[in-house]
Amino acid sequence: MSRQIVLRVNGAPVSVPAGVTVAVAMTIAEQACRTSVTGEPRGPLCGMGICFECRVIINGKPHCRSCQIVCEPGMDVRTNG
Amino acid sequence: MDNPTTNFDVLVVGAGPAGIAAATRAAEGGLKVGIVDDNAASGGQIWRESREEHTAEAKAWGDRLRSARVLTLFGMRVFDQPRANVLLAEQHAEVRELNYGKLILATGARERFLPFPGWTLPNVVGAGGLQALVKSGLPIEGRRVVVAGTGPLLLAVAAYLRKKGAKVPMICEQASWHALARFGVGLLRFPGKISQAVMLRRDLSGIAIATKSWVAEAHGSFKLESVTISRSGNLERLACDYLACGFHLTPNTELPILLGCEIRDGNVKVDDFQQTNVMGVFCAGEPVGVGGVDAALIDGQIAGLAAAGRTKEARALFSARRSARRFAAALERACRLRRELKELPTPETMVCRCEDIPYSRLQQHHSWRAAKLHTRCGMGPCQGRVCGPATQFLFDWNPESVRPPVFPVRVESLASTTAEQ
Repeated sequence: MSRQIVLRVNGAPVSVPAGVTVAVAMTIAEQACRTSVTGEPRGPLCGMGICFECRVIINGKPHCRSCQIVCEPGMDVRTNG
Repeated sequence: MDNPTTNFDVLVVGAGPAGIAAATRAAEGGLKVGIVDDNAASGGQIWRESREEHTAEAKAWGDRLRSARVLTLFGMRVFDQPRANVLLAEQHAEVRELNYGKLILATGARERFLPFPGWTLPNVVGAGGLQALVKSGLPIEGRRVVVAGTGPLLLAVAAYLRKKGAKVPMICEQASWHALARFGVGLLRFPGKISQAVMLRRDLSGIAIATKSWVAEAHGSFKLESVTISRSGNLERLACDYLACGFHLTPNTELPILLGCEIRDGNVKVDDFQQTNVMGVFCAGEPVGVGGVDAALIDGQIAGLAAAGRTKEARALFSARRSARRFAAALERACRLRRELKELPTPETMVCRCEDIPYSRLQQHHSWRAAKLHTRCGMGPCQGRVCGPATQFLFDWNPESVRPPVFPVRVESLASTTAEQ
């Protein structure tokens, strides 16, 4: 069994297997990656870094493409407003 | 301040199969070759998995690339060409200048997405997109996944997902049995493809494959809960956790267009040696016509050899390329999109997901340019990579020009380029 790490998603602790991407953590946590211009929840679409639908805020930095970034222990991830 | 500069005899953009083959063959002749890719490792989309899961072919090419002493520049994204024979690339917070004698563009392809009501709901993902998420750790065991769209990727994705424990109640293929059967008969000419098809058939046994079928609507409040399938004219509802939906592939031609390469029927036009109309700029793999890994490996080798001036060895691969390209053409015919798919969006369906531009606002315009100017369609961070191919199909619009940066970069990176001009 793979090692679990804990990060925070929209303030709540979430445990995920080490090595997974932030997009995967958001999907496991059932949180939208971003809120669209008209307020719709959005999640990953292309999975390869071109659609920008999986943008999140990581440690205060907005517009991070979560499908391209691996989770780190203690990371603070928020839905990109 | 000057950006750090590196000089190459041959520079390759894109480290999928075409780029790996091109860089390897060019470097084996002793030239100084570099390969740049925005991903953290080589392999592109098709050879994305960890090294332990690689096919023998992927492993062999990876080893050959390493022993050819190609300089690898990974996690680096090309965004502009400030002058001839120079590309600018961003890596972390730094801009690098890459000078080249010959350039090989192996920029690959992406999935084509088409809008339908509900397609913006979380857990409606691309077919390749969901596979990529599972490969990067998404648990899929026991989840119900409807796979839909068109093209052989659907079958490969369904087989992969099931191997990982997903329940796949149905694969919806928009093409007719007739079109698929013709393609299947065509496969008889390609022995390698037959054994692949037989293996796939075994992996897919028990999964319903519905032809002339597509997702008419995705339902859910916060995330996907079910889909309505149009199956040979009848509507039926299926509960599911994910929809993996993609309509074959569309080539990444943004960088070739920026460099002035001529496009014909959506693909980069090349001569027998894979050279574009721009002298010294070659193109290989999906951007010259979506044809899969076999065509990409042959194109790439020809481009690499030709760029290195080894035309005799390049010529020796021409007949293999003809065969691979015939397969590509048959594939394209089989995946032709049916007209009914144009009728799926309602006036409220978002077409441009970055800027939330609904179908009704785009309908009023007559060209991609007019729609961009009046609605901001295609002007969000994806720069039309999703809605461009969709509007091309829906309205027959053609994206006309590409402006730098071809990918969003930091303001500081842009400043470092304008300071020189």
